[in-house]
Amino acid sequence: MDNTTISTRLTDQFGARIQRFDSHRGGDVVVYISASDLIDVATFLRDDDEMSFSFLENLCGVDYLGRTPRFEVVYHLLSMKNRVRVCLKVGLDAINPTVPSLTGMWQTANYQEREAYDMFGISFTDHPGLDRILMPEDWVGFPQRKDTPLGYEEVAFTFNQAQIDAHKPFAKE
Amino acid sequence: MTIIDHSLSVPSPRSITEPALAGKTETMVLNMGPHHPSTHGVLRLVVELDGETVVNVAPDMGYLHTGIEKSMESKTYQQALVMTDRTDYLAPLSNNLSYVLAVESLLQCEIPERAQTARVLLVELQRISSHLVWLGTHALDLAAMSVFLYGFREREQILDIFEMVSGARMMTSYFRVGGLAYDLPEGFFPAVKALTDVMPSRIDEYESLLTNNIIWKQRTMGIGAIDSAAALQYGMTGPGLRATGVAWDLRKAMPYSGYENYTFSIPTATNGDIYDRYLVRMAEMRESVKIVEQAYTRLKAMGPGPWQTSDRKIAPPPKIEITESMESLIHHFKLWTEGFKPPRGDAMVAIESPRGELATYIVSDGSPKPYRVHMRAPSFINLQALPHMAKGQLMADLVALIASLDPVLGEVDR
Repeated sequence: MDNTTISTRLTDQFGARIQRFDSHRGGDVVVYISASDLIDVATFLRDDDEMSFSFLENLCGVDYLGRTPRFEVVYHLLSMKNRVRVCLKVGLDAINPTVPSLTGMWQTANYQEREAYDMFGISFTDHPGLDRILMPEDWVGFPQRKDTPLGYEEVAFTFNQAQIDAHKPFAKE
Repeated sequence: MTIIDHSLSVPSPRSITEPALAGKTETMVLNMGPHHPSTHGVLRLVVELDGETVVNVAPDMGYLHTGIEKSMESKTYQQALVMTDRTDYLAPLSNNLSYVLAVESLLQCEIPERAQTARVLLVELQRISSHLVWLGTHALDLAAMSVFLYGFREREQILDIFEMVSGARMMTSYFRVGGLAYDLPEGFFPAVKALTDVMPSRIDEYESLLTNNIIWKQRTMGIGAIDSAAALQYGMTGPGLRATGVAWDLRKAMPYSGYENYTFSIPTATNGDIYDRYLVRMAEMRESVKIVEQAYTRLKAMGPGPWQTSDRKIAPPPKIEITESMESLIHHFKLWTEGFKPPRGDAMVAIESPRGELATYIVSDGSPKPYRVHMRAPSFINLQALPHMAKGQLMADLVALIASLDPVLGEVDR
C-alpha cells in the first residue's frame, strides 16, 4: 500500500473533514484534521482491513507560538501489516487546548498524553488520570511551551529552606 | 473491531495513594524507590499489596527529568547530538543513530557506504553491550552474582572499541549528521575481530550459568506473562514484544542504514514471560554478532574511503583543504559558527534500539536549530505494561519483572 492509497481512501471516507494533506521530509503522509474528527479518523485507520494502522507509535505536542492554531498534537500510526506509517496532526487553539484522548483505543496513549499535558498543557478529554508525569505534581506552568524561558528562573524547591536550615544547623553558608 | 479491555488501563500513582489516604485498609500501599537498587535508576513504584501479592502497581517517574528535548531546541543540530547520548545511557550510539537519521531525513542527504556500514557494526556492538548490562543486573537482582562479572568483562572489551573510535567509552557522539565524526582508527579491525571470535563462546558461558539453572527457571518461567494483543495495546516494542511471538523488528520490517543487506533472523518466543524475554535477548546477542561479522567483512573489503558526506554545507571539509581553499575555509567557518539549515518541514525516523523502537521526530523551521525534537523512548512506553504484568505476582517477582523490561531511566525521563 502506497501513500497515494492512504490519501485517496481517507478523502473518499471523510471528504472535507480532512483539512489538508502534506508529507514528512522522509515521505510519510501527514493528515491535518480537527480535534472533533480525531477519533473517527483514527478508528477508520485502525479498523479498516486494507489500512490496519493497528499500532499507535508516537504521540507528542508541538508549540507553534505566534501561529494559529498555536498547538499541534502529532500522532504517528503504524501499520505492521503494510509496513507504512501515517501522521495525523491536530491543530489546537492557544486558549484551553483540548483534544479527545486516544486511551480508549490504545492504552499506550496514556503516558504519552500525560507527557503532552505535562509539557504543553494540552488537555485530553476522557483520559483516565491526566496527571503530571515528568514534572513534580505541584509544578506551575508547562516547560516545553515556547514562552517558558530556558534558564535564569528562580531555583525551584526553595520554599522549605527555613525547615532545611533548622534540621541542619551547619549546612548554612 | 477491537474490543477494548478496560482492565488494561494504566494506573497513575494517585489512583493508588488516594484510596489509601482516604482510609482503605484492606490492602497496604508500599513505596518502592526512587532510590532502590532493583529499580535500575530512579524509578519509584507505588505498590498496592495484599500480603505479599501485588494488587496494583503504578510507576512514578520524572526524578531524572533534565529537559533534554527542551534544551535541544536551543542548540544547533550538531550540538544537540551530544544531548542524545544522555537519554539511553546504556546505548548512546543507538540514540545517536536515531537522531542523526532524522536530521539526515530532513536534509535528504546521502552518506557514504563506509559510514553506513561502520554505523551498523557499532550499533550492533552497542546492542550486545546494552544486553550485557541487562543480563548482569537482571541476574544480580535474582541473586546470581557471577553473571554480572562475566558480562562486564565482554562489555569492557566493547567499550574499549568505542573509546578507540570516539575517545569516549559511553558518551560517544560518534555518529554525525552526514557520516561519522572521524575515520575508523588503526587497531579497530583487530579489536572487533578479537571480540567476535570470543563472543559466541562467551554467550554460551552465560547461558550455561542460567538457561537450565533450576533456580533461574523457577524465578522466571510463567511469571509476568503478557500476550501479544495486550503488548501491542501498551505499545510495547523490542524484545518484550518479540517474546510474545510477534516477529516485529524494524531492522527487518522497515530497514534503515542498509540492514536489508545483512543476513540475520529475528528471535521470538511464545509465552511472553520473563524467561522468554531472557531467551529472546540472549538469541539477539548471537544475531548481533553475526551482523557485526558481516559488517566487518564488508568494511575490510571496501578498504579506506570517505566516511562523511562530501556535501560541505553539512559536513566540514578535511583540515588539509582549509589551508588551501577559500571555499573550504568559509564552509568550515559557517558550519562552526552558524551550523547548517535544514529546509522547513518535519521528519520522523524510527530505529530498533536494544530496548525497542526508538523514534525521533524533528520539526525544522528553516533555522540552524531544531524547532522541536521529540524522542519516542521505548523504555518510557514499555513501562506502561508493568502494572498489567505485575498484577497477581509476588512482591519479589516485581523485582525480576522490572529487570526483564530493561528500562533505562535516563530515557524514560529524558
